[in-house]
Amino acid sequence: MSDKICKLTSIEELEKKRALVLAERPEISTVTVCCGTGCQAFGGQKVAQAFQEAITAHNLKDQVVVKTTGCHGFCERGLLVVIRPQNIFYQHVRLEDVEEIISETVVNGRVIERLLYITPDGSSKITSEEDVPFYKKQMRLVFGANGYIDPTEIDDYIAIGGYSALAKVLSSMKPEQVIEEVGAAGLRGRGGGGFPAATKWKSTREAHGETKYVICNCDEGDPGAFMDRSLMEGNPHNILEGMIIGAFAAGSSKGFVYIRNEYPLAVKNTEIAIRQAEEYGLLGENILGSGFSFRIVINRGGGAFVCGESTALMASIEGKVGEPRAKYVHTSEKGLFDCPTVLNNVETWANVPLIINRGSEWYASIGTENSKGTKIFSLVGKINNTGLVEVPMGISLREIIYEIGGGIPDGKKFKAVLTGGPSGGCIPESLLDLPVDFDELTRVGSMMGSGAMIVMDENNCMVDIARYFLKFLEEESCGKCVPCREGLKGMREILDDISEGKGDESQLDLLEEMSAVIQDGSLCGLGQTAPNPVLTTLKYFRDEYLAHIVDKKCPAGVCKALISYNIVDDNCTACRLCVKACPSEAIEFIGKKIPVVIHQEKCTKCGACMEACKFKAVEIR
Amino acid sequence: MSKISVKNDTLAKILDRYDKDKGQLISILQDVQAEYNYLPREAVEFVSSQLDVPLSQVYSVATFFKAFSLKPRGRHTVHVCMGTACHVRGAAQILQQMQNEMKISCGDTTEDGKFTLESVACVGACALGPLVVVDGEYAGQMTVNKVKPLLEKYD
Repeated sequence: MSDKICKLTSIEELEKKRALVLAERPEISTVTVCCGTGCQAFGGQKVAQAFQEAITAHNLKDQVVVKTTGCHGFCERGLLVVIRPQNIFYQHVRLEDVEEIISETVVNGRVIERLLYITPDGSSKITSEEDVPFYKKQMRLVFGANGYIDPTEIDDYIAIGGYSALAKVLSSMKPEQVIEEVGAAGLRGRGGGGFPAATKWKSTREAHGETKYVICNCDEGDPGAFMDRSLMEGNPHNILEGMIIGAFAAGSSKGFVYIRNEYPLAVKNTEIAIRQAEEYGLLGENILGSGFSFRIVINRGGGAFVCGESTALMASIEGKVGEPRAKYVHTSEKGLFDCPTVLNNVETWANVPLIINRGSEWYASIGTENSKGTKIFSLVGKINNTGLVEVPMGISLREIIYEIGGGIPDGKKFKAVLTGGPSGGCIPESLLDLPVDFDELTRVGSMMGSGAMIVMDENNCMVDIARYFLKFLEEESCGKCVPCREGLKGMREILDDISEGKGDESQLDLLEEMSAVIQDGSLCGLGQTAPNPVLTTLKYFRDEYLAHIVDKKCPAGVCKALISYNIVDDNCTACRLCVKACPSEAIEFIGKKIPVVIHQEKCTKCGACMEACKFKAVEIR
Repeated sequence: MSKISVKNDTLAKILDRYDKDKGQLISILQDVQAEYNYLPREAVEFVSSQLDVPLSQVYSVATFFKAFSLKPRGRHTVHVCMGTACHVRGAAQILQQMQNEMKISCGDTTEDGKFTLESVACVGACALGPLVVVDGEYAGQMTVNKVKPLLEKYD
């Protein structure tokens, strides 16, 4: 960070600043170290520190820069290190590799084969980042910058053209024109509902009242989704810029960023970004000398899924319990503190500067008829390439799962992909060619949601998944309205019965009936969409429910009451690994070369024996 | 467990950080909890009187949000991630094993005050699943057999 901070008081000064930043950055070698939360777990900061020390030791301080960046997306291969400008891509980097990377690659220009990405078939090693199949099919318009900038350095963002959209808006556009542009681009809310962003902005602008608010929803309670966190951690200025533009369009002078407290790094980086933007005069009074003023405050969430719902989130910002209210009065008319409010999620805000910079026509050329632009998905679960992927709307699920995601690990068979989290649905293999957009996903009974994509294989039980989500939602239901509070509990009890082999067929109809009541009778989106996982699994995987009910069997081998662990005598070598692993002393060693015996009455079905066995001698029946 | 003494000047500092803004109640309670590891009754009462927010409202917030604990916690907090990505990779087994090892239920603290066991909906590090977070440190790719060695690292 430059020590001489001076407030930029005009657009010319911002451009001068940009020229200066670029001039101070000659094209020298940059070692970028991913320090997103996933890579942090592999020691991201320590590795970055070691690179710094190695560079000093090699007297390379003037020739090489170490940059700690936010999440690059390919979490499965963490820790990721990319050497620029050649874009040499190293994966699974550990502390002990640092010295070699500096002395071999940076100094001698030699590629270290061991750290390269190998294609799943083992046929070739890939050197540069853009050739890795995981990245190749993606369209990283919003997320791509993460790999190039240090989120705690505003100059990094300015160097890649940051705040130029804001400059364009303040110098040459009226608020109505901004709204029109975002509307023409077809930007829909990325948080779940897919509501057109410009419509919210317009109603807020036109609503009565002096004070208006802008909110960024970074509550991201949807388990399995982490794109908002990664954007907020890795490129916070992009989101701030989007919010400032939105505030200008809606006529607001105060904004809030609501961040989950489980995301400490996102909170920290956003705090730094706000402070830097204020120092540069990009936030605060009279932004870039335009006369427009806007402040942003951070609010930390308290770990409640329902607070991702807009009205509950606003209650929480007001310091109250996060309970939703009925929405017959729109947020854009009476939102936070009863004032007109625009609320969009992180990814939606992140798209705004892009639209302003490149124009609505270009933006609207990407995607499908009613879903424009790209969407970031978190591809997780039983998938080879876990990570964040940004793809154009309309791409098929098959392309995402097999071409980008690299398919299912261990040669297992694909069973379903769940989109939309607890409000979404399980999509079976027969629908894998479905083009992914807001409307198509809704049509098959799921939804876009915030973009979590959880892949499941043959070892995942659909009854168990439905039960898991009901349990989650039952706990997260705020309890204000009866259909959600009592209905979900009732449905979960039925699923408990089924998963314990105590169900009967008539309960399946009852589940559908209860679903309809909960969908119609609940106050907010949480309840209205809560039955989706049950309904879709009933629709596409009814056989599995029937197997639990009629045959008293869990075909995937998950539901504990219906399975038992058994020894495959032919495979057992009596090595005693399982005997040692068993926490409940349920496995008896009889003698050398005699298969061990599991005493079912003592077995807690924890799976430790199966995990410990090296000879595939434990099976689930 | 020894009783924690609540210092009003420590609390006053936290309140000043937020200009005694009622709207920042959740953030304030989070900072109070970071200070004491839970929300002591005295601290909740002090916050209520200083912010001029009814005690009932402060408690309704403190009991609504999962992040808050009204009971003292152990020296180490173990969070087992129960997010969907972790669930499909066997998080339930990990939580069960944690409960077995600690001989407590999820949400409770061990008798010796060493561990508090909690579940979390998702920490967003799905590539590492199933995942356990101990005092903010991530332990990824957990298995049932890794539970005991992990806990033994803490004293």
